[in-house]
Amino acid sequence: MSDGCGAPAQTAIAADADTNGQVVVAGKVTGGEGPLGGAFVRLLDADGEFAGEVQASAEGDFRFYAAPGSWTVRALHRSGNGEASVSAEGPGLHQVAIAVA
Amino acid sequence: MSREDVLVTTQWAEDNLNTPGVVFAEVDEDTTAYDGGHIPGAVKIDWKNDLQDPVRRDFVDRAGFEALLSEKGIGNDDLVVLYGGNNNWFAAYAYWYFKLYGHDKVKLLDGGRKKWELDGRELSTDEVKRERTNYTAKDQDLSLRAFRDEVVDAINTKNLVDVRSPDEFSGKLLAPAHLPQESAQRAGHIPSAVNVPWSKAANEDGTFKSAEELAELYREAGLDTSKPTIAYCRIGERSSHTWFALHELIGLEDVKNYDGSWTEYGSLVGVPVETGAK
Repeated sequence: MSDGCGAPAQTAIAADADTNGQVVVAGKVTGGEGPLGGAFVRLLDADGEFAGEVQASAEGDFRFYAAPGSWTVRALHRSGNGEASVSAEGPGLHQVAIAVA
Repeated sequence: MSREDVLVTTQWAEDNLNTPGVVFAEVDEDTTAYDGGHIPGAVKIDWKNDLQDPVRRDFVDRAGFEALLSEKGIGNDDLVVLYGGNNNWFAAYAYWYFKLYGHDKVKLLDGGRKKWELDGRELSTDEVKRERTNYTAKDQDLSLRAFRDEVVDAINTKNLVDVRSPDEFSGKLLAPAHLPQESAQRAGHIPSAVNVPWSKAANEDGTFKSAEELAELYREAGLDTSKPTIAYCRIGERSSHTWFALHELIGLEDVKNYDGSWTEYGSLVGVPVETGAK
């Protein structure tokens, strides 16, 4: 049992596709010059309500443990913001990319 | 109480990095963020290793808190400005914890580490060494802290504010969406609790909403401000954020944080649990 609330290391690699039956929404944040590290990525539900937030890794990777449904991921960075939508039908890895401009 | 009494802006912080008598402290569960770069001059407080008893599920005792602050170089007369990641969850927890042990000169950096980073302000990796102090704490102020029996008795009598996400409240998820789903034995919420996710008290950049916006938020959720209030979440840090909004920003007098929260309540034998949305 995890007794903390900090997020685990942010990764979204293909080899990580075994999600142990969890609904994982993961991906990469990119800027004008490729992967953008350190953005604050917010997971919003179908009504636009906040569900979670992580800080992307230095390579721009992020991941959420969600429930089935439609989600929006929104990235905030000092260089700008961006968002993208993803539909997670069930357990597994649901990948989504966010471009920040 | 006004916002300026309990919060400082990132600009104020930058202007006061070298002000004598002001100590910045970063509080996180995962302190690798601090090690990768922190506000210049800020000391590090590890939410788990510094603030939790290593054996029992409880806080370090008064002597332990005194030893910690003395070792960090924090004096009784210092103004401590707390900040951290996760929208200040752990910093708000530490703020409540400092108040619990009677340190009144404490403020939160509005927006925390996120706002500091989004502003593009300087982070430093320099080691911070402050001269040891001889800190003395008070006994815990238990008017700020709720335990499980009081929480069970509060069902249908006091305000119970569940500040977790709607999916955790309804029982669909057991933990926030950035964590693997493992937690208490049962999912759901304490009967009669209203669900006002902590995030509704904050703006996107991590700063707190205004006292007026906050008062409206909890009024709309059906909080009866003439009654005492207990806030809870999963492990007590998000509810510290809401405790801060209710007690320090709106100024409600009788507000407690239930730090046992759902990881305790959801594993108790025999207590009532409700599921589903409200």
